[in-house]
Amino acid sequence: MSRTVQSVERAAALLRVLSAESEPMALGELAAAVGLAKPTAHGLLRTLAGTGFVDQEPVTGRYLLGSGLLHLGSVTLDLNELRSETLNWVDTLAARTGEEARIAAYRDGAAVVAHHVFRAGPGVQVMDTGRALPLHATALGKVLVAFDPGAARSVIGQRLDRLTFRTITDRAALLRALADARDTGWASAVSEARPELAGIAAPVRDRGGYVVAAVGIAGPVVRLCDARGLPRSDLVEEVVGVSRSISRALGHGRAA
Amino acid sequence: MSLPRYVAALDQGTTSTRCMLFDREGRMVSLAQREHHQHYPRAGWVEHDPLEIWDIVCRVVPEAIAEAGAVPSQVVGLGITNQRETTVVWDRHTGRPVHHAIVWQDTRSSAVLPAVAADMPEAEIQARCGLPLVTYFSGPKVRWLLDSSPSLRERAERGDLLFGTMDSWLVWNLTGGVSGGAHVTDVTNASRTMLMNLGTLDWDPELLAAMRVPRAMLPEIRPTVSSFGTTVAPVAGIPLTAVIGDQQASLFGQAGFDRGDAKCTFGTGGFLLLNTGSSPVRSQHGLITTVAHAMEGEPAAYALEGSIAVAGALVQWFRDSLGLIRSAAEIETQALTVPDNGGCYVVPAFTGLYAPHWEPDARGVIVGLTSYVTKAHLCRAVLEATAWQTREVVDAMNADASVPLTRLAVDGGMTADNLLMQTIADFLDIPVVRPMVAETVSRGAAYAAGLGAGYWPDRQVLRRHWRRAAEWRPAMSASAREAEFARWRRAVELAIGWGA
Repeated sequence: MSRTVQSVERAAALLRVLSAESEPMALGELAAAVGLAKPTAHGLLRTLAGTGFVDQEPVTGRYLLGSGLLHLGSVTLDLNELRSETLNWVDTLAARTGEEARIAAYRDGAAVVAHHVFRAGPGVQVMDTGRALPLHATALGKVLVAFDPGAARSVIGQRLDRLTFRTITDRAALLRALADARDTGWASAVSEARPELAGIAAPVRDRGGYVVAAVGIAGPVVRLCDARGLPRSDLVEEVVGVSRSISRALGHGRAA
Repeated sequence: MSLPRYVAALDQGTTSTRCMLFDREGRMVSLAQREHHQHYPRAGWVEHDPLEIWDIVCRVVPEAIAEAGAVPSQVVGLGITNQRETTVVWDRHTGRPVHHAIVWQDTRSSAVLPAVAADMPEAEIQARCGLPLVTYFSGPKVRWLLDSSPSLRERAERGDLLFGTMDSWLVWNLTGGVSGGAHVTDVTNASRTMLMNLGTLDWDPELLAAMRVPRAMLPEIRPTVSSFGTTVAPVAGIPLTAVIGDQQASLFGQAGFDRGDAKCTFGTGGFLLLNTGSSPVRSQHGLITTVAHAMEGEPAAYALEGSIAVAGALVQWFRDSLGLIRSAAEIETQALTVPDNGGCYVVPAFTGLYAPHWEPDARGVIVGLTSYVTKAHLCRAVLEATAWQTREVVDAMNADASVPLTRLAVDGGMTADNLLMQTIADFLDIPVVRPMVAETVSRGAAYAAGLGAGYWPDRQVLRRHWRRAAEWRPAMSASAREAEFARWRRAVELAIGWGA
């Protein structure tokens, strides 16, 4: 028999254990499951996390299979393809809400706009397709950070730039906002990138359930929020509804 | 509370048939769609089975109503829009087509064109119907069919056979078929048959003689928005309040009701229509004169039409035949990796060049190749080819119509390509605007049907539904534009020269 590399075998065993578990696992459990000392397992997991094959939950420190593994063998969705496949839905969102609508995906540390539909009404509006939006200060960005581990890695632990006095710059506060987004299935940003603007966004999932984009609306705080300064529930419903329709169109929830 | 009311559009297209319901704000509330088979019995021949299409209509209409959670009585009107020129001939007693539908793309009628031209000079034909003597239009297709069989001609002359474009076939079946179906068409569809006189908006006896088409087999021509009857099948009791050809429907759906309004649809090919108001404008620059729409009791609105044979089809060819890209959308990704075309130009004259050149023998060329040119440069040249062809048609329109276009409203699948839209704005030097929801063909049929049913009081209400979804503004220097245009024109000359 030819010589094998022990650490590769051990890493594979860790991935197998993680793939069998539906819940994120603690270091101790994982080490016990493959019969390794904790420091050895930790080293392997840290290396795997670096490749994107394993992700670590920011708060609990528990491990789960990484998005890099999920996307192994598949190609990243081209932003122009994303636009051509979702054009009618994003139009519908803008038509139903009267606000400008965007779909964005995580690329190189930002939420990059793949498609932008103007708000209702006259006046000059400029297309910002291709523009990079800050991940921590926009609704689209927050959705990507909350659901896309790659985006999360690029934000957590980085300095959070202050854009307005409401921008979330505190790591713990951001983690709470992201946990909320995961619980409710949508995110908002009110006066966080620009004082007068608010946004509401929800995740778009592909066939495998992986979040490939965020779709949402943006507009004046006075139009998007109620008297208490919270996003209007009817608008949230529209955004979430369209995000589900797009996910279905991309194959999510369909039998393989 | 009373149940909501809707207006329905039935869009019978070249590849599929769809039915959509729209609400009072002009928003789509449901959609049902099915594709039909394409039959290619010989090179250059394209046929559809009219019975298959009718069967699909019988499915999608109830499906769309059910998907909206509605019952037929909530649908106040149905509008039909359809692939134009495609020719159906059927037996009025049995309801059976005597032949598959001969599709607009089908070129078999080139065999009868010289005989037609011998019966009436091409200039005379164009003066009467506004159309150049080419294979698309229905008249030569009917002549080919009846020439192919003496017994068919005999039955046609006896009045046993009915001719119609796809709209006529569907209305006849929807209103009862052999049991009293209405044999009608609208002016926009009739204007594509090469049998209707543009001035009288009625069948032209001289054109009928030149095409050897018996008057007995022709449908009655009605205004676009008027009463076409009431449905009997597949659901009973829905008023048929509009019929309109697909490109005219798209102009209507873009709220292009008035003189000076224009739109360009970018799909497999490209179709630019300019509303020229109540008098037909005769093109001096190779454009087609056609009817935009007609409201009951009002003079018809005319249009100039220029078509680009190969637009999206060139991208498909790049993907399917050359394998240079995986998806149509990737052409933009590739093209954006380089700042320009690297000196390379693609003229996609696969089946000759249409407006304004009308060079049927021109053939495609790729010129300016050097070892510097990459796939990305070719991708850019592909997108530029569509933009330059649009420029040529717009130039022809501006020359024929007294007022130049100040902006171009666009729709169709290729409007998803931002680089293409920006390039068109750059090459035309006017803003390009895309309306919300690119389904303008169905929307136009719904608008027309809703006006006919009194669902909307007037066109001004519909104009307010038009919403801009995106806009691209020109950002190219005049000198760069003219230098590039000169190189494109040289490439076109090479394409024409190659086929000569």
